[in-house]
Amino acid sequence: MTDTPKTENRKLLTRLLGMAVIMFGFGFALVPLYDVFCEITGFGGRTNTEAATAVEAPDLTREIRVEFVTTVNDYAPWDLKPDADSMIVHPGKLYFATFTAENLTDKEKIGQAVPSVAPIAAAEHFKKLECFCFENQEFAAKESRAMPLQFIVDPDIPEYVDTITLQYTFFDTMRVSSKD
Amino acid sequence: MASTVADAIKEHDHHGPAKGIKRWLFTTNHKDIGTLYLIFSLVMFFIGGAMALVVRTELMQPGLQFVHPEFFNSMTTMHALIMVFGAVMPAFVGLANWMIPMMIGAPDMALPRMNNWSFWILPVAFGILLSTLFMPGGAPAGGWTMYPPLILQTGDAFPYLIFSVHLMGLSSIMGAINIIVTILNMRAPKMTLLQMPIFVWMWLITAYLLIAVMPVLAGAVTMLLTDQFFGTSFFQAAGGGDPVMFQHIFWFFGHPEVYIMILPAFGVISEIIPTFSRKPLFGHDSMVYAGSSIAFLSFIVWAHHMFTVGMPLSGQLFFMFATMLIAVPTGVKVFNWVGTMWKGSMTFETPMLFSLAFVFLFTIGGFSGLMLAITAADIQYHDTYFVVAHFHYVLVPGSIFALMAGAYYWLPKWTGYMYNETAGKWHFWTSTIFVNLTFFPMHFVGLAGMPRRIPDYSTQFADFNMMSSIGAIGFGLSQLIFVYVLLTAKKGEKATDAVWDNPIGLEWTVPSPAPYHTFDTPPGDELIKSHSHSSH
Repeated sequence: MTDTPKTENRKLLTRLLGMAVIMFGFGFALVPLYDVFCEITGFGGRTNTEAATAVEAPDLTREIRVEFVTTVNDYAPWDLKPDADSMIVHPGKLYFATFTAENLTDKEKIGQAVPSVAPIAAAEHFKKLECFCFENQEFAAKESRAMPLQFIVDPDIPEYVDTITLQYTFFDTMRVSSKD
Repeated sequence: MASTVADAIKEHDHHGPAKGIKRWLFTTNHKDIGTLYLIFSLVMFFIGGAMALVVRTELMQPGLQFVHPEFFNSMTTMHALIMVFGAVMPAFVGLANWMIPMMIGAPDMALPRMNNWSFWILPVAFGILLSTLFMPGGAPAGGWTMYPPLILQTGDAFPYLIFSVHLMGLSSIMGAINIIVTILNMRAPKMTLLQMPIFVWMWLITAYLLIAVMPVLAGAVTMLLTDQFFGTSFFQAAGGGDPVMFQHIFWFFGHPEVYIMILPAFGVISEIIPTFSRKPLFGHDSMVYAGSSIAFLSFIVWAHHMFTVGMPLSGQLFFMFATMLIAVPTGVKVFNWVGTMWKGSMTFETPMLFSLAFVFLFTIGGFSGLMLAITAADIQYHDTYFVVAHFHYVLVPGSIFALMAGAYYWLPKWTGYMYNETAGKWHFWTSTIFVNLTFFPMHFVGLAGMPRRIPDYSTQFADFNMMSSIGAIGFGLSQLIFVYVLLTAKKGEKATDAVWDNPIGLEWTVPSPAPYHTFDTPPGDELIKSHSHSSH
């Protein structure tokens, strides 16, 4: 065999290896792409995780029921409950709600609530101005305290939405880092 | 022996095989490596099959009888990983190694040393994976799809699972690169791309799919690893990640993966049906275009695996219609096979029987796939035995039957002797009856709502499950006939060079058994034209 075909094989090999490396990178690039996609479209029930500032003119002719649901992830020793299970709201008007969380252990704990909104079409129209989910929540041993939520429902929300479910999953972030 | 090896190295161009274990450890010969791949995948087929039988034994009756539920979950998980990465994929790479150089008039694979590496990584990968059976916490039990957060609860086996997947990916990528370079750079200078056999074409497409998606799987499992051990939060909601994202990344790999397992099967069937219909392949070029269209579409349908995790209506509609679109090129292929048989003078040797069963039974699997594509219906079918029935129909009487057909078809070329046709027919008929007995009832229990991956079930599913279990045991035992055929493969009458009745394909122009080195000088224009299905 002369050298020429071998060199050509090398060239093609390098190019194909390059393709494989790029695709490995692409797998990781899907992570930010996916986040950007979900944040723009509100797909997957994503709602804002940083304070929104929008204040709208209230639409008093419309009533929407907002339901609160909470889950504690992975049997973590926490208790989290909404103080009211649901409320009736007018789009564009500012509302307050409180949740009560309790650390059931004798140790200091750090928790993090992760919100999700259903139906998906409502996610981008449910705006939280203040939320305990914006940052980690530190609790002393056996501490129980009220956690505030301030929100507004955007009047642009599609006509057919008459109920919004806001779901919080509460995570014990110490478990994530220490893996006990 | 030492002198033989030394001589073999010196006489680089025209040596025979080295002797003993070193022949196999250090071989760079495409036929030896093909044999290694095929034997390895057969061993994995039996190991994975034994695990399936543990599952079916437990499911023979409702209630928990034989195994602990955790071990049951390990069995379903390991069965899938071993069958997908250890049996089906290496078996097709084995066929590619053996046949592609002979089909395109090339002396060997383009990168023979890398070829040796791609094979020998596999026993290491599966050694690691199988060793997890004996680890504290047991073998991986979270499903072959490795969804977090469940898979993160795997015990000590977790990092071993990840590393073995890395190694399998590495082996596949190297194998795929080798196949592409061989086809594009090593084929006979006079052979045009469209003159290549469909088996070669389907493998070329498959190899590109492998290079595109295996690295994505490697990335996804690497993220699992760093989430577990290095504090990242790719899939941990508490840290701002999203477990659903894993499913997106996994199925971006996973859906092309299912075509990686079936496109080479299409290639095998497209070689066999013309031979036993004594007609050139109908619609040769459209087979190429159909295969390419399937490959392209496979990248834009992944989310049909996850309709139930929640998706906006527009997403559901897009993925539903894109998925259904795949039925068009697949239909082109099925009609071309039927068109090839039309008015042919057909005979029904074992390879043809397996191919005919493939066309019929794979199409059943395709139709149940169309049903699953309907988003509204999928909500009901998701994670039931209907899904199990669907993918086993496309993989067992699909991929596995195509592999069996290919093995019988080319076996005389490999060994130089005709295999035992009576045993082959027994193998075919028992396999076909039992495979349907195993998987057809799963459609019914699935539609009635029996969930998959659960060791227990409601009593109303008992009769169908008993049938499935009997079928599975029968299917498993039937494969022993294949082992008998292989063990007696050299006891038959001598095969002619053509083996069959005027088959088309360059591999039939070399002696039987195929010499250690073939096509040292490339075939000429005339020979290529007379051995191509293409009119070009």
